[in-house]
Formats: sequence, C-alpha cells, structure tokens
Amino acid sequence: MIRNGPSGQSRVSAEVTVRAPMESVHGPVATGEEHPSSAPLSIHDVTVAYHRKPVLWDVDYDAPEGKLIGVIGPNGAGKSTLLKVALDLTPKASGQITFYGQPYRKQRRIVAYVPQRESVDWDFPISALEVVAMGRYGRIGWFRRVGRKHREAALAALDRVGMADYAHRQISQLSGGQQQRVFLARALAQDARIYLMDEPFAGVDAATESAIVALLQQLSAAGRTVLVVHHDLQSAAQYFDHVMLLNMRVVAAGPVETTLTEQNLRATYGGRLTLLEEAAHAMAQSRREP
Amino acid sequence: MPTMPAILATTTWTSLDVWIVAIGAISGVACALPGVFLLLRRMSMMGDAISHAVLPGLALAFLLTNTRDPYVMLTGAAIVGVLTAVFTQWIHSAGRVDEGASMGVVFTVLFALGLILIVQAANHVDLDPGCVLYGDIEAGPLETLRFAGLALPRSVWINGGVLVINAAIIFALYKEFRISTFDPTLSTTLGINATFMRYLLMTLVAITTVAAFETVGSILVIAMLIVPAATARMWSDRLGNTLLVAAAVAALSAPIGHWLALEGPAWFGYPGVDTKTAGGIAIALGGLFALSVVFAPRHGVVSKALHRLRLSVRVAREDLLGLLHRLGELGRPAENAMVNRLMRATQVGPITLGLAMRSLRREGLVTGRGRVQLSQRGAEAARDIVRSHRLWETYLEQHLALPADHLHHAAELLEHVTSPEMREGLERETGQPELDPHGKPIPRSPD
Repeated sequence: MIRNGPSGQSRVSAEVTVRAPMESVHGPVATGEEHPSSAPLSIHDVTVAYHRKPVLWDVDYDAPEGKLIGVIGPNGAGKSTLLKVALDLTPKASGQITFYGQPYRKQRRIVAYVPQRESVDWDFPISALEVVAMGRYGRIGWFRRVGRKHREAALAALDRVGMADYAHRQISQLSGGQQQRVFLARALAQDARIYLMDEPFAGVDAATESAIVALLQQLSAAGRTVLVVHHDLQSAAQYFDHVMLLNMRVVAAGPVETTLTEQNLRATYGGRLTLLEEAAHAMAQSRREP
Repeated sequence: MPTMPAILATTTWTSLDVWIVAIGAISGVACALPGVFLLLRRMSMMGDAISHAVLPGLALAFLLTNTRDPYVMLTGAAIVGVLTAVFTQWIHSAGRVDEGASMGVVFTVLFALGLILIVQAANHVDLDPGCVLYGDIEAGPLETLRFAGLALPRSVWINGGVLVINAAIIFALYKEFRISTFDPTLSTTLGINATFMRYLLMTLVAITTVAAFETVGSILVIAMLIVPAATARMWSDRLGNTLLVAAAVAALSAPIGHWLALEGPAWFGYPGVDTKTAGGIAIALGGLFALSVVFAPRHGVVSKALHRLRLSVRVAREDLLGLLHRLGELGRPAENAMVNRLMRATQVGPITLGLAMRSLRREGLVTGRGRVQLSQRGAEAARDIVRSHRLWETYLEQHLALPADHLHHAAELLEHVTSPEMREGLERETGQPELDPHGKPIPRSPD
C-alpha cells in the first residue's frame, strides 16, 4: 500500500482548530473564504447542532484526492454526522461543504454513500441484486424502470465483492458480512469518484473486513477518494493513507505517519483513551518501525 | 369462451349481492396496495391514525361547501391525512416524544375534533357517526352515479377511482417507493426525496381510507390496510409479489366476507338474520391470515415443523448408521428390538426413528428384517459418520483440551454437519491418528 504520494508532506495538525483556512496537502489547490476549494471534499467552517448542543464545531477539512482516509474519533465525536451533513441529510448551522468546488446537490452522481448496516430493515422483501441496483437509481431517473444495462452493472458490482452467487437471495438470508458486502457493491454500482462510508467494518467477520479493505485500497489506487468512518485505532494505522482525528472539532488531519501520534490521539480521545488502547497503539507503532 | 359483456349480461351482476362483493373487493385492493408500504415501513399504526384523523377533514369539507361531493370530501381528507403525518413528525422531533406517542396525541385530538364537528353538522343534515365508524356497504349499490355514460354505484366510482390512482402511482413510482421505503437515507442522497415519498404515501393512505369509509367504516379499514399486506409477507420474499398477493387476498376476502355475513348468523342459531358484510370481510381477512401463518411455504408453521422433522430424521439416520457400525465393532448382532431400544434411549421419538429406518431401507443402506444389517454402501456411510465423530473427539482434545468425558457430546453434534472437505481438514489437523482419545480405532476409508 502506498502511503506517501508525491505530495505526502505533513498536513497542518492543529491541536486546536482555527478558523483560518488550512493549507492543502496536495497540488496547487486554492483555499480561502472567497474561493472554494476544488478538493474532492472540502468542508469549511462547518458547525452542526442538535437541540442547541453542538455536535460539530468549526470543522475545516480538505480531503486529498485519491486517498483512503480514515475518520477517527471516540463515540459521539460527530463522525457519522460529518458524513450526513456533507450529504445534506442533516442541516448545518453554518459553513460550506463542496465536492470538487460544487455543492452536493450538483454532484450527486459522483458521490456514493454507504450508511451503517443497521440503518435498514434486512427483512425487507428484496433480493441482493435489487439492493445493489439501487446504486443506479440516481442515473436511471424518476419513473423509469431498471433496465438490463443497469441490472448488468449491479451484477458486476456484486461480482466484485464476491457475492455474485447470492444475487437472487433475499437479503435476510445473508450473514452480516455478506450484507455489508451488498452495501459496498451498491456503492460500487454508483461508480462514483468519492465514497463516504459509515463504519463499514462494524459487525463483519475478519475475512470480510480484509476483503473490504483490499477493495477500498483498489478504489483509492484507481484515483477515487474514500472517506471511512472508523473507530478501531489499532487497525487504522494499517488501513488508511490519511486520517482525520475528530472530536467535535478536527484535532488533527494528515498522513497516518505524522498524524496518528500519541499526543494527537490523547487530544482526540481526551481522558477516554484507555491504557489498553494506548498499549495497542504503541504495539502497532513498534510493528511499523523498520 | 363468451366475451366479457356477455358474462356480465348472463350472470346476476345487477343483483345487490354481486355489487356489495364488487365494492368490497375494489376498496379492499385499493387499501391493500398502500397498506404493503405502511407495513414495510413499520407504520401500520399510521393507517389507524390517519383513518381516524381524517374525520375533521370530512366534516370541515362538508361544513364549508355544504355538499357531499366526493372530490371535496377526498380533498379535505387528503389534506388532514397529510397534516396528521406532518404533525406526528413535528411532535416526534421537536418535542422529543416517541413516534407512537406522538401519533396517539395527534390522531385522538383530531378524531375528537372531527366528532364535535360532525355533531355540529348533524344538526343541519343527516350524517350518522355510527356509519362513519362501521360503514354501510349494504347501502353502497343503492346510490348510482352516471359517469361517462355508465350508471354504476357511487362507491364503485369512488373506490374504483382511488384504486386506479393507487395502482398507477405505485406502478409509475415503483422503484422510488421501493428505495424510499427500504433505505430513505440513500434514497434522499440519490435525489429521490424520501420525505416527499413518505408524504405521497400518506396522501394515498388518506384518500384511500376516506373512499373506503362509506364501505367499511374507519375502524375496519385498518384491517383492509394491514391484514392483506401481513398475509402477503408470509407468502412472498419480493416486493412485487407481496403487492400482487396482498391484492389477491383483499379481493378474495370480499366474497368470503359477504358469504360469512349472510350464512354466519344461522350457524349460531340466528337464522334469517344477516350481519354487516364489512365485519365478514374483516373476519375473512383474519382467517386468510391465520391460514397463511399455518400453511405458507417458507414462513408458515407447518413448513417450519416439516423442516425440523426432516432435519431430525437426517440426524437419526446418521445416528442409526453410527450405532450399527459400533455394534459391528463389538461383534454384536443388531437385533431390531435392541437397536430401537438403544436409539430411543438417545431421546429420538418413535416417529422420527421409524421414518429414519424406513428411508435407510428404501435407499438400500440397511437390509434384513428381524436383525438389521448394513449393506456395503451402508457400511461405507456408517464408517464416514464414525470417522467424523472420532476425528472430532481427537481434534477437540488436541486443540481445546476438553476433558475426555466432554468430548463425546460435542462430537455427536459436530458429526452431523461434517462435510467431506471438513473431514479432510480434520485429518490434516489431527495428524491422522489410529486411535481416538478413548482408545477406539478411527475407521479409515479403504483407499
């Protein structure tokens, strides 16, 4: 896995996020109040509150293109909310979010979203293939049927996650890992440039987890930008190129090597970083040393 | 085969009974279609709420326009129906109240308001609250309405119109209804606004409910919305089939229901009395649902019981083979009575045992009458079972360090799920020992 691109220098790892626009990690991308960034995903000054209680506070982030990015933070840090607000599913109190310089409603086609697996009813009377074909609905348009071309695209996506044999199974007959693969195939069927995934490894077996990671790495190798909400610190260092440490604010963001430091983690998790997690992190750290 | 008009002309289609059944079937199918989506959204109670809450809409529409024109009534009901869904959502999110509780607050208040308005209106005209609650399907055929040169009962026009609207909208927006019901979040991100689809469904439910009002009343309409959908779910694992089966169940319930209403009272010693067809339809729906719970192919009680029986027969067959192999090792003849006694001692029921023995004989794995013998193929199968069992005992002892007296029970369970591939894996992992942990020989294949 390639960790350092040609522009892999350290990103601003602010302990406390400031309102000033952050410098971009890659390429000559202009950021600023007046000129929106052309990064695949640019989050600028975003604040979100539920019932007057802030969930995200002044979040500034430009996602580097073609990277596999982990969004890491403790429970309740606003990780899922960050994805939802980017997709206009949750209203924001302030700030702007753009995808390649355009608001989401103009870029639906290039953004794919994988919600948490528990967010749907798996007893629904529908086959795996029909679920995956939903990834094509944005292209098909209102009133139109799912044509043969789109069904074939859906089948190809199922094949990519190794689930072609299960295409006509009702989804309740699939295991948790297989259901997660179906969700992933649905995102693949969208053929997007940016993938936003909410805990794709939650409740899946080890084999599925490594298959999913391999697929995500393939996607980023093909130039797609993949943002993954993740909470396992131990595997974060292995899986991702970049990480964004989030706890209501962006604590730090940048390449894994320079960002996933003990100091940053402590700042992200506050007092919640347990001894075991620290030890696990130290272990992962020592394994990575040549 | 005679053409359609010829059938209509030769049957007694003008008779009251046929029309009552037709009205029941039409309104039933009209309800069943949106009902499927209510059920799948786990919002069955929303149908209940809307069917009660539309009352003030009807009353207000009547008070404002002073007509019982169906379009006015349906519009008033649709507006209040959607408002019910909107209010419920508001109270749920703004007041941080559970959705069910919020629904309860909204529809009871609206229903009470509706009753007051109806009583107000009833001072001026004849509007019967009882009819609103239970409907009056029997009166349906009496009032005809001429439209496009065709004089049909008013309720056929109204319910038929609603049926056509429901079917057309659900057909045209099938994929949109499917995605917004299954995964509203993804639906919205793809540009199919789930909130819009939700309120579209609520609108359909509201106008359907109001149209069915006159027929079955505001309480039994809930049965028509939900029971066909729940019945269809027993029979189908795809959305399209669920809609079709629900429609068929609803259509079928009308003639059965009418027949029950005519004949039923006589069974209980009240000959010459007939009850409301609406009640009969609800009972017919309940009956069809109960039959489905028992007999449906995959989800039914009978099919599940048969599946369990098949499984236990398979296990008993394998246990029988294993027993015969072990008796052979001891050099003991397998007397029929003894085999039965030994098998019964392992909690196998007589029916299961009988079926297992019969299938072994039928397949020629076991021969002989008074004394049971393994055929050559039977001996091979038995050897595989015992081999799996003893390999598992070895594996469990080596890898989990289970005490010797715990091995047998676990191996007994595992031997029934062991494929040839798994057996090869066991051979590799255990290093192919000659004896199991109890010192018994692990039988080998002759190759």
